[in-house]
Amino acid sequence: MATFLGINLFGLFGQLLVGLINGSFYALLSLGLAIIFGLLKIINFAQGAMYMLGAFAAWLALQYIGINYWAALVVVPLAVGFVGVMMERFLIRPIANEDHLYSLLLTFGLALMIQGVFTHLYGSSGQSYAIPEELRGGTKLPFMYLPDYRAWIIVASVVVCGLTWWMIEKTKLGAYLRAGTENPQLMQAFGINVPLIVTLTFGFGVGLAGLAGVLAAPIYSVSPDMGSNLLIVVFAIVVIGGMGSIGGAILTGLGMGIIEGLTKYFYPEASNTVIFLVMVIVLLLKPAGLFGKEA
Amino acid sequence: MKMMKKTLLAASVAAFASTAAMANVTDGKVKIGVLADMGGTYADVCGPGCVTAIEMAVEDFGGTVLGAPIEVVSADDQLKPDVGSAIVRKWIEDEQVDAVGGLVSSAVTGAATKVLTDAKKIALISTSASNAFTTKACSPYNVHWTYNVVALANGTVKPMVEAGKKKWFFITADYAFGHALEGVASKVINENGGEVVGAARAPLGTTDFSSYILQAQSSGADVVALANAGNDTVNSLKAASEFGLTQMMDVAGLLVFTPNAQAMDPNVAGGMRTTTGFYWDLDDQTREWSKRFMERHGAIPAMGHAGAYSMTMHYLKAIEAAGTDESDAVMKKMKEMKPDDFFARNATLRADGRMVHDMYYVEIKKPEERRDSNDIFKVVSVIPGDQAFAPMLPECDFK
Repeated sequence: MATFLGINLFGLFGQLLVGLINGSFYALLSLGLAIIFGLLKIINFAQGAMYMLGAFAAWLALQYIGINYWAALVVVPLAVGFVGVMMERFLIRPIANEDHLYSLLLTFGLALMIQGVFTHLYGSSGQSYAIPEELRGGTKLPFMYLPDYRAWIIVASVVVCGLTWWMIEKTKLGAYLRAGTENPQLMQAFGINVPLIVTLTFGFGVGLAGLAGVLAAPIYSVSPDMGSNLLIVVFAIVVIGGMGSIGGAILTGLGMGIIEGLTKYFYPEASNTVIFLVMVIVLLLKPAGLFGKEA
Repeated sequence: MKMMKKTLLAASVAAFASTAAMANVTDGKVKIGVLADMGGTYADVCGPGCVTAIEMAVEDFGGTVLGAPIEVVSADDQLKPDVGSAIVRKWIEDEQVDAVGGLVSSAVTGAATKVLTDAKKIALISTSASNAFTTKACSPYNVHWTYNVVALANGTVKPMVEAGKKKWFFITADYAFGHALEGVASKVINENGGEVVGAARAPLGTTDFSSYILQAQSSGADVVALANAGNDTVNSLKAASEFGLTQMMDVAGLLVFTPNAQAMDPNVAGGMRTTTGFYWDLDDQTREWSKRFMERHGAIPAMGHAGAYSMTMHYLKAIEAAGTDESDAVMKKMKEMKPDDFFARNATLRADGRMVHDMYYVEIKKPEERRDSNDIFKVVSVIPGDQAFAPMLPECDFK
């Protein structure tokens, strides 16, 4: 086995690659949150529940309507996004002018309710969703076995994150959105329907969580508490990346996955705290986050 | 007229007899509290199902004992020891609860049994895994029924080591239960000439096990043992299959409850062996009870459900035999009487509170072996109780 300075390089590369896979997953999840939290300034604690909803919708669709994985990748995010649109229009908008704490509490309560309903209906043990035929198997790398499905997650995540970043930062639509959240009154005066933009953006961010849910269904147990486990980590990533920075959330997601992978190799006990440690350090040194602009 | 007099007399004698009997039942009723995980990770294993099982036992017993009504109350421990012990304390002080059943997470059970022992009330432990309740935390008021970590290790690990699988790697849930299971299993491995080559400790509720699987892969072990439970087991097995571990090494699930086995892809889990205290499809007796349970609960019983029913039945029979619901007398009777029903086979309740009974070494069925989604296990062998459980410690001999 190849070693360097007493370090088992194969083991290290393996953990790095696994870190990158997890990182691309974090990137996708934090992207949706970064849009909602960063641009709309809504603290959406139901984002984890929406991710769970995506995974469950994929499972239900396969189980009862026979919609396969590939179709679910398109249909489910749209359906979950629609749930998001309804949520914004009828629950969040009425309290939009109140303190941010109200939307936090509202979405947190909503998340608990959704989770409770799913536990009641489908139990807590989780459901199994098979990996699609085309993505079973894997590639033997010199240092590890890379399952095809994990490679697909990296590709899917990079494509989706890239497209979203381009849409928000480089297109006219994105410019409207950024301007609309910066100065809604002015944009209204220009005849732009800001509330509609906000609703659709919220739906888009929630839809991304749904998409992450579909991607997660084949590799994790589809269970009601799958989202709540992940939510806090993803919030930390958005905070580290910097509020309002789409690119920051994506890069931080990837970076945190890798840091977590390295920690698992060198000091596994700290692997579930290392992200929060980074968060504390970043907030002390750069309160606006790595890529955020100082207010 | 004469006839009426006679009836009247008989009625008053009966009434007198029943008040006499009821006099021995404190507060005129027997009340059982069910403390379980109603909405968390272990809810399917012992949550609402444990309440159903205990209610079934009370109904099957006839709803009264020694002429006094039997009541069941239940509460959610939220998997938190402080919440669990506060509920138990309230039950004892304000609601005259005589015994507490259910009891899932070993951490909660540890806290609850302390309160119960202080108040001299009985703990009917159905689903907790730790062996502490009849060893280092033993008490004259603990009854541990279904299984424990020792039985799991002896049942699953020993036959594999004996079959030549000498090198073991653990993926362990990083809390009291996982550590206990890993410790007991390591002891069994070492005693039988095997070797533990490493362990990875994963926090409870980990979703991504891939990095632990990589560590297991590079460990050179023959067997990777999953010393975890619930969704952790499901997720770690998924990752093991995805990263090709299942083709390189054997995977042993040390604690697999039927609802979790149902949640696993049969293509992946098929062929994996584990140990259980009960399976619904053993024979006509188990099927008869399980069918009734299924009609009410909507899913097949996990081992803790059947255990909760069986031990509640035994508890009520002991009250009847003792002629009182006073804890010391009831415990004495419970230990004297042999438990014997669809669940407890070749069983005795030892003086330390450990119920020793036949355990089952089972294999998870492959997809082609299954009739339907409830057809999960096939029994490889029956493990006699004295081989499954550890002998009683002298300091826990509560005669």
